[in-house]
Amino acid sequence: MTITTVPLTDPGRSGGLGDLMRRRYLLRLLVRRELRSRYQGSLLGLGWSYVRPAVNFGVYYFIVGIFLGLGKHTQNLPIFLFAGLVMVTIFTETMTTSTWSVVGNGALVKKIYLPRELFPFASFLVSAVNMVPGLLILWVGAAVAGWRPSVLALGSAGLGLAVVAVLATAVALLFSGVNVYFRDFGQVVDILGLLIPWSVPMIYPWTMVRDFFGTGSWQLDLYLANPLAVAVSLFQRAFWWPTTDGPAILARNPKAEVPFPDHLTIRGLIALGVAVVLLVLAQSVFGRLQRRFAQEL
Amino acid sequence: MADAIVIDRVNKDFTLRHAHSIKEMTVRALRRQSLSERFRAVDGVSLTVEQGETLALMGLNGSGKSTLLKLISGVMLPDGGSVRVRGRVAGLIEVGAGLHPDLTGRENVYLNAAILGMSRKETDHCFDSIVDFSEIEKFLDTQVKFYSSGMFMRLGFSVAVHTDPDIFLIDEVLAVGDAPFQHKCLQRIRALHEEGRTLVIVGHDAATLERICARGVVLKEGRLAFDGEVADAVAVFDPDAEARDMEEELHGHP
Repeated sequence: MTITTVPLTDPGRSGGLGDLMRRRYLLRLLVRRELRSRYQGSLLGLGWSYVRPAVNFGVYYFIVGIFLGLGKHTQNLPIFLFAGLVMVTIFTETMTTSTWSVVGNGALVKKIYLPRELFPFASFLVSAVNMVPGLLILWVGAAVAGWRPSVLALGSAGLGLAVVAVLATAVALLFSGVNVYFRDFGQVVDILGLLIPWSVPMIYPWTMVRDFFGTGSWQLDLYLANPLAVAVSLFQRAFWWPTTDGPAILARNPKAEVPFPDHLTIRGLIALGVAVVLLVLAQSVFGRLQRRFAQEL
Repeated sequence: MADAIVIDRVNKDFTLRHAHSIKEMTVRALRRQSLSERFRAVDGVSLTVEQGETLALMGLNGSGKSTLLKLISGVMLPDGGSVRVRGRVAGLIEVGAGLHPDLTGRENVYLNAAILGMSRKETDHCFDSIVDFSEIEKFLDTQVKFYSSGMFMRLGFSVAVHTDPDIFLIDEVLAVGDAPFQHKCLQRIRALHEEGRTLVIVGHDAATLERICARGVVLKEGRLAFDGEVADAVAVFDPDAEARDMEEELHGHP
């Protein structure tokens, strides 16, 4: 053996998310394991990933759209709703599953050294895979309603997905680490999961918030500072807006009102920047927390 | 020969937290009760292991030997001093920790091997040998949750001994399976030694440790109590155990 040439190293020093690139084979197996154990033995199998968003969607559509009459003001409300729902579901599902990812793999974390980022990141990947059918339904639905690809639509979709992916990964790292130290943190996450769908313009248009608090109010600024709210708006601009009469009206009258916050692309880029900063912070907090994972679990 | 493991005045403190939730912490803080206590599990241990050496790590329960092993594997990080290793470290630390009940034996071989740092190609290469060693060919495509505990352990052990580490850490796993399987395990461990790998073995069974290891280290309350020939280490380690047994008998409780 020629191992004498290998230098001495410190065991257990993590290179953070960068380490995951070197362990991507293991990451793939972990994601597959997660998907398998979640759906195996259930009657509908992978179909569950259609049922949950479908029920969610049905409830919002009938209560908000029909009973409360919001559908009268919003053209193609189902597409409007579903575009936001896809984004929110990726985020909240990552958040709730990743919170338990390190605790759930406690037996492994305590026995074998692995880059611990593997577990929350695998949770995010599983949620992302779960949403692929939802994205397909959204795309088909929009296409039926007259959606055609354009630079604006595809760019908005890409930017929106990037914001949600980075944001969800940041939250996954932070929450999975904190949950090791505080056993009732899961309760906090459950409550957040209830609030998040209402904190973004998914069920109602953002103009209701603007009209209530007034343009330039700090409440509105706060509302629009939420990267997830921006991501939802971007996704609506990508899939819902092209199916409405909006673009045609805008072409005739450039001063016509657009149903999105102004400078949405710039807001999207800022949201992405904020999400990246959050991810760097979350990684550094996780890096500190994970030093004592083995003894806390 | 170069050194494989260099442990320099390493300390490890454990914080025994009384509160594990936000609610408990608030309550204890309001009542001005202490939130945690600290104790030192490993205290100023220095140890150098040469490449190819076989080291027996002995000590009573709570003497810090498992903690020391976790410090070497990187599962835990030292609070003081340093631990450095040369090459890939793998542990037979509670085999089966990486097995997943919902996956079949075959899938678990790949998953567990990946957890222990093997690539797909490496696993393909020694797949037959792993299955052979574990003696579970017939149940390869059965979900692991239907395995007996013996089969479960054999599968975990078999994957672990087929990884290709430079340093091998073994924690009380020689009690796996029945006598023939134990014999096979010991043979495999000897073969690993002959290939020039460094072995660190934790155990209570003095006779087995004496057969495999050349050097013995005894830990006592987190400190290094003895370091030398394995036979002498056993002599240092054993009287303690006897004394404790007698004490337990006298007082009637552990």
